[in-house]
Amino acid sequence: MDATLKKQLEITATKVRLGIIEGVFNAKSGHPGGSLSIADLLTYLYFAKLNVYPDKPDEPSRDRFVLSKGHTAPALYSTLAQKGYFSEEELKSLRHIGALLQGHPCITIPGVDMSSGSLGQGVSVAAGMALSAKYQGETYRVYTVLGDGEIEEGQVWEAAMFAAHYKLDNLVMIVDNNGLQIDGKISEVMSPYPIVDKFKAFGLHVVEADAHDFDSLEKAFNEAETVCGQPTVIVMKSTKGKGVSYMEDNVSWHGAAPNAEQYAQAVEELTAHLKELEG
Amino acid sequence: MADVKKIATRESYGNALAELGDKYDKLVVLDADLAAATKTCIFKKKFPDRHFDCGIAESNMMSVAAGMAATGLIPFASTFAMFAAGRAFEQVRNSIGYPHLNVKIGATHAGISVGEDGATHQCNEDIALMRAIPGMTVINPADDVEARAAVEAAINYVGPVYMRFGRLAVPVFNDAASYKFEMGKGVQLRDGKDIAIFATGLMVNEAIEAAKTLANEGIDAAVINIHTIKPIDEDIIVKNAEKTNLVMTVEEHSIIGGLGSAVADVLSAKRPTKQVRIGVNDEFGHSGPAVELLKQFGLCADNIVAKAREAVKAK
Repeated sequence: MDATLKKQLEITATKVRLGIIEGVFNAKSGHPGGSLSIADLLTYLYFAKLNVYPDKPDEPSRDRFVLSKGHTAPALYSTLAQKGYFSEEELKSLRHIGALLQGHPCITIPGVDMSSGSLGQGVSVAAGMALSAKYQGETYRVYTVLGDGEIEEGQVWEAAMFAAHYKLDNLVMIVDNNGLQIDGKISEVMSPYPIVDKFKAFGLHVVEADAHDFDSLEKAFNEAETVCGQPTVIVMKSTKGKGVSYMEDNVSWHGAAPNAEQYAQAVEELTAHLKELEG
Repeated sequence: MADVKKIATRESYGNALAELGDKYDKLVVLDADLAAATKTCIFKKKFPDRHFDCGIAESNMMSVAAGMAATGLIPFASTFAMFAAGRAFEQVRNSIGYPHLNVKIGATHAGISVGEDGATHQCNEDIALMRAIPGMTVINPADDVEARAAVEAAINYVGPVYMRFGRLAVPVFNDAASYKFEMGKGVQLRDGKDIAIFATGLMVNEAIEAAKTLANEGIDAAVINIHTIKPIDEDIIVKNAEKTNLVMTVEEHSIIGGLGSAVADVLSAKRPTKQVRIGVNDEFGHSGPAVELLKQFGLCADNIVAKAREAVKAK
């Protein structure tokens, strides 16, 4: 990846992380861990991959994005704010009464292509969008992000079977493999492993990537574009809570908001990192 | 009566889709390995490239339909009522209802008239489930003419619609040439002053037959076809209640949450009136030939006559 772009993405991803913390702190609830683990991915998608138009959010030819793991809405909202769909100020009223930003993604929010959050459904919706694009002769592509705990839902495998059956090579499913779900390690709660082998057995093209390395992400998404006749799954190894030291790989930050002190520490760490990047 | 044409409304559904496919190019059909039973096979034969089998995976089908609707198509997601409203309830609620997407759900084999397959497949709860979803339109057509018209009305309406069709062949009583379907409007089939019978689906024809018998006994029964259970026609309900002071609801569905409850919701708020509910009581169905089952569960003209006679006498 071009060094300037990579630097710019790192800066934006850090701002996205700051927005996640801002939103969850002000909401006093929400899901920071899994939001932080996909911050780099969403930054990459919205600033280096997707054909989207913040000034025309409903442009029919745009690429579609469905956050199947909808509880990590803070990451999506923060990314959309960075991209200019709405003001960063909106993040401060996340989950408040009368606010634009709902606890889980809602289709009425500018830039949100589908309401989601009941796990397993977003991936099927994305498959429907991909089939619809093929049927209508449209060239846009469809991307969806699933949690690794989410793939315990049976519907995910119905969707995988469907996507492979209809040869949806315009669909990319990304599994955020941070290894943790609410009750603990996914390997201990209800192991979905081996993830790669399972998707391969369902007839999908599987690519492995590092969720926090833009070169790795670029390589994976470029590979997905070369695949014909098969949907692609990118199984992305990530760190839950990435970027905030005390949240990293700590399951207790799956669905809890930081207190004032913790908030200040997170902001300090991220701001310091941002300064370092901006040099 | 012997020469009355009988057609199952699932057949009407399949035929209507096939007929309307030419006129509406955004119309696509999804099925879950039941095309031969839901009759979407008729559409599939004519438009093989617009019929997508999802296999035995109804949850995925409903969310796929949502994705197709979100990208400009008008998908008709088809399966048995048990699986559409039952198994895939949460997908219908969250993938279709909450984002208010333009998905049409064609639910066949509703009610106990499924017959021999028995209780696991006899869905008597679908109207209750679907009408509880905000913004969901719920339609239960009474015969072939109405069912076909309802399908076209659903295409021309933007938003989610649940349509309920039956397996059993039922008499065609509406006149195809003059019939006009108005979503959300009840149809006054007969005026009366002694009792107002609100019926839906295949019970409408039974109510018409019952009213004829009651007339011979000197009981003047109004008959109203409520094909759209949500949004329901409040005016026609209140108007008939005011005229008769006695209301009966008849449905091939649980008396809990269906037409009877919907009518009671209106009356209790706007015009409290004594109401007799005929429907499936708080119990499961069982196997048997459809017509015999309907009789056994009191879903027939004879029982409507008996219950109406009793209620009018007690007035």
